[in-house]
Amino acid sequence: MENTCSQTPEQDALITERQHSIVTTGNTKTSINCTDDSLAGSVSQRACVFCGARVVLNPVTDAVHLVHGPIGCAAYTYDIRGSLSSGSEMYRRSFSTDMKEKDVIFGGEKKLAACLAELAEKHHPPAIFVYSTCVSGMIGDDIVAVCKEASLTYDIDVIPVESSGFISGNKIVGYRAAGEALLRLITPKEGEVIEKTRKLNFLGEYNLGGEKWVVERYLREIGIEINVAFTGDSTVKALKKAPGSCLNIVQCTGSMHWVANQMYEAFGIPYLDVNFFGAENTAESLRKIAAFYDDPEISARTEALIEREMQAVKDVNEKYRKSLEGKRAAIYVGGAFKAFAIIRQLTELGMEIVLTGTQTGKKTEYERMGSLLNEGTVIIDDANPAEIEKFLIEKKVDVMAGGVKERFLAYKLGVGFIDHNHDRKDGLIGFEGAIRFTKEVYATTCSPVWKYVRHEYGETDQ
Amino acid sequence: MLDCTPKGPVDTHKTGTINPIKTCQPLGAMYAALGIHGCLPHSHGSQGCCAYHRMALTRHFRDPAMASSSSFTEGASVFGGAGNLKTSIKNVFAIYNPDIIAVHTTCLSETIGDDLPTIIKQSEIPEGKYVIHANTPSYHGSHITGFSNMCKGIVSYLAESDGNPKKEQLNIFPGFVNPGDMREVQRIVTEMGIPSIMYPDTTDVMDSPLLKTYEMYPSGGAKIEDIRDSGNSKLTLALGAWSSAEAAAILQDKCGVPGVPLKLPIGVKATDALIMAVKDGFGVDVPASLEIERGQVIDTMIDTHFHYQGKTVAVFGDPDLVIALTEFLITLGMIPKYVITGTNGKNFEKIINEMLEEAGIEGSKVKAEGDLFDLHEWIKEESVDLLMGNSHGKYIARAEDIPLVRVGFPISDRAVHPLMPVTGYRGCLRLIEMISNTLLDRRDRDAADEDYELVL
Ligand code: SF4
Repeated sequence: MENTCSQTPEQDALITERQHSIVTTGNTKTSINCTDDSLAGSVSQRACVFCGARVVLNPVTDAVHLVHGPIGCAAYTYDIRGSLSSGSEMYRRSFSTDMKEKDVIFGGEKKLAACLAELAEKHHPPAIFVYSTCVSGMIGDDIVAVCKEASLTYDIDVIPVESSGFISGNKIVGYRAAGEALLRLITPKEGEVIEKTRKLNFLGEYNLGGEKWVVERYLREIGIEINVAFTGDSTVKALKKAPGSCLNIVQCTGSMHWVANQMYEAFGIPYLDVNFFGAENTAESLRKIAAFYDDPEISARTEALIEREMQAVKDVNEKYRKSLEGKRAAIYVGGAFKAFAIIRQLTELGMEIVLTGTQTGKKTEYERMGSLLNEGTVIIDDANPAEIEKFLIEKKVDVMAGGVKERFLAYKLGVGFIDHNHDRKDGLIGFEGAIRFTKEVYATTCSPVWKYVRHEYGETDQ
Repeated sequence: MLDCTPKGPVDTHKTGTINPIKTCQPLGAMYAALGIHGCLPHSHGSQGCCAYHRMALTRHFRDPAMASSSSFTEGASVFGGAGNLKTSIKNVFAIYNPDIIAVHTTCLSETIGDDLPTIIKQSEIPEGKYVIHANTPSYHGSHITGFSNMCKGIVSYLAESDGNPKKEQLNIFPGFVNPGDMREVQRIVTEMGIPSIMYPDTTDVMDSPLLKTYEMYPSGGAKIEDIRDSGNSKLTLALGAWSSAEAAAILQDKCGVPGVPLKLPIGVKATDALIMAVKDGFGVDVPASLEIERGQVIDTMIDTHFHYQGKTVAVFGDPDLVIALTEFLITLGMIPKYVITGTNGKNFEKIINEMLEEAGIEGSKVKAEGDLFDLHEWIKEESVDLLMGNSHGKYIARAEDIPLVRVGFPISDRAVHPLMPVTGYRGCLRLIEMISNTLLDRRDRDAADEDYELVL
């Protein structure tokens, strides 16, 4: 397909104010801007504080998640998370106070209290998370007080999550609000003692498509138990045992570094960064964890597992490498840890990364990203569709890894697509996830459908 | 989720909403705005909403939905969003170069009380370009209200009358339906030989073909000059009371074009009504081609009536759709046992109850401003043979082992539906096909070996 950019050249898709949010490896001296608010008027792919808090907390399976605001915020997050549960399905229901005009004028606290009463009495959840949204924050509803009151009346944890969307355009602020809520939940009540164990907590793992279960299986094989994940397939009861762990491993750093630091300070639990996306990363992470336990038995089992699984991955990758070698890829995902993993995996398949970016990357993460990439690769923070479009065309991209809003843009440009979003249901973690990823990359990059796109009318043979 | 109701006797909840059948106004406004050619919808509020609406539309239509945001942060929330909107308008024209920006508010900018008409007047708008707006607070109504409000905005800003005797052309407000439905309605009217102006018109925007180049503003959408000219039309048909009636009323007031409110043309009766309105309005005959189509529907109904007649069905979704669909289901001899919408409006219950009464159907439950939790509780008490509604119904369908026919918005787990009509006679055939085949599939699945038949 002959593609021209839908933007006229003089506009060139690049807003001057955004110049510093886009760098090219090798030839830009300045470092990337990534903490700026999105420009007013841009078509940003970013979401809001509420969204950040909601994605982090939502996988707590037996809690009621009550969104305090007009219906929209709750409706858009109604079961769109791919987190699986081994027990309760409570978390997948969409609870909202559904604020109306009169609540906005007279305040929504009464309605919130009434909802909490009905939910507590009817559903008996062990905890209710109450999310504030733009409107409830704006009109100044005191959700902290209402939650406290309900907590005392019904003797369950009713935890406010201060996530009004307008506080910032950056989801990270919402991650922090979720982190605060989690700490509030797990901090032992006065006089309560949590028994110390040799188990670890898995922070920043949301059990998308059962991903937590995969890692849990690996760890069990090498002799290590997961206490609880934050927050994939977790329950309120299990989370409350978190302070008893000997180690926190952190995968999604954007959402959980802060929590890990707090837990170190409060409970003395050290943490390690891990990344189970991609075979090499998985092996490295397992080794790191084994080294922490410093037990020859664990180390031996770890090496055996890695050897066995790596062989399987190698076999698959070799099979597909032939078709994928030299193809050009773009990556635009939410967090940097995912970008790192995808860069590595695609590079292992012989593909060339020509464009990367994230919604919420930090400066140091972008620097590290730059060091992983060949010269000439474009790196974008908070990209808008016009920029993505421009670079997909300019860099003649064959396949893109991204989230739901990028999918159809890529397709329209004749570019293959791999979903690496927080709502996917097929896990991509661990060795088996690496294999699935390779197969997906192959399926979309080499699909016969592109023959119909890239050729003249009536010609479809390559 | 699969079993989403608490144990114990049926007791629908009294506070809040659980598992909504609606979403908020801005989404509807964004969808309506996408039905103007060369338009970039703009969400005046914080980024989250805009991202969510784009995502929700993208999931349903499987096409990119572009829209910009005023990107409110705390500053805007304290000092008002005027600065953000002016900067946005400047930036959007400079970067994305649309013909028109359609601004809608969010609950946040409404709560702050931003005065949009004034801010727009004070903004720099390039020669020949337009900025229009609609107030769409999320704490009132639903996405259907937002769709209606943006339609009103389009009329108030753009439609004009030259004051000459009216032209032999028809305006159509299609309601919140898929592009496939809009195309079908246009086809019927064209078949009758009447030139028409439809807006919003999302054909070739949200079902855009993959051609050689990608366009940020696809070729579809109602042209501004046509919208302007709609003030000179002879007649307006407003399809769907919730989504279209108010815009038609404004056009009537503003330009003197008489507006006829109709149901969404789903089902034989409602399609007949559409065709009769065109026939009466323009004094044309119904062409043989449409009579043949209608005859095919009747013929098919006879061929299939025993598949579905007497079966009970639960219908949920947007009010205009549910009303027309319920009418059709009654025509098919089905029994709408539960009829529910998330949107408010007292008329909903009245209209449905009258239809049921006329058909002699007793014991049905009807509710406006309900949710899927209510529906699930009812179904637990007494089940039905078929569910009809959007994808969110799939959990009830599975938990209670009831087949689901997907119709309405949003449908996030099936493809092709935005291109296929449920309106017009063709839509009747498609609905019959879906209903019949779904029930027959179920029958095959449940049949004992000795009852498993080749011919059904
Ligand atoms: S930006 Fe505000 S109103 Fe919009 S979805 Fe986020 S919290 Fe809700």
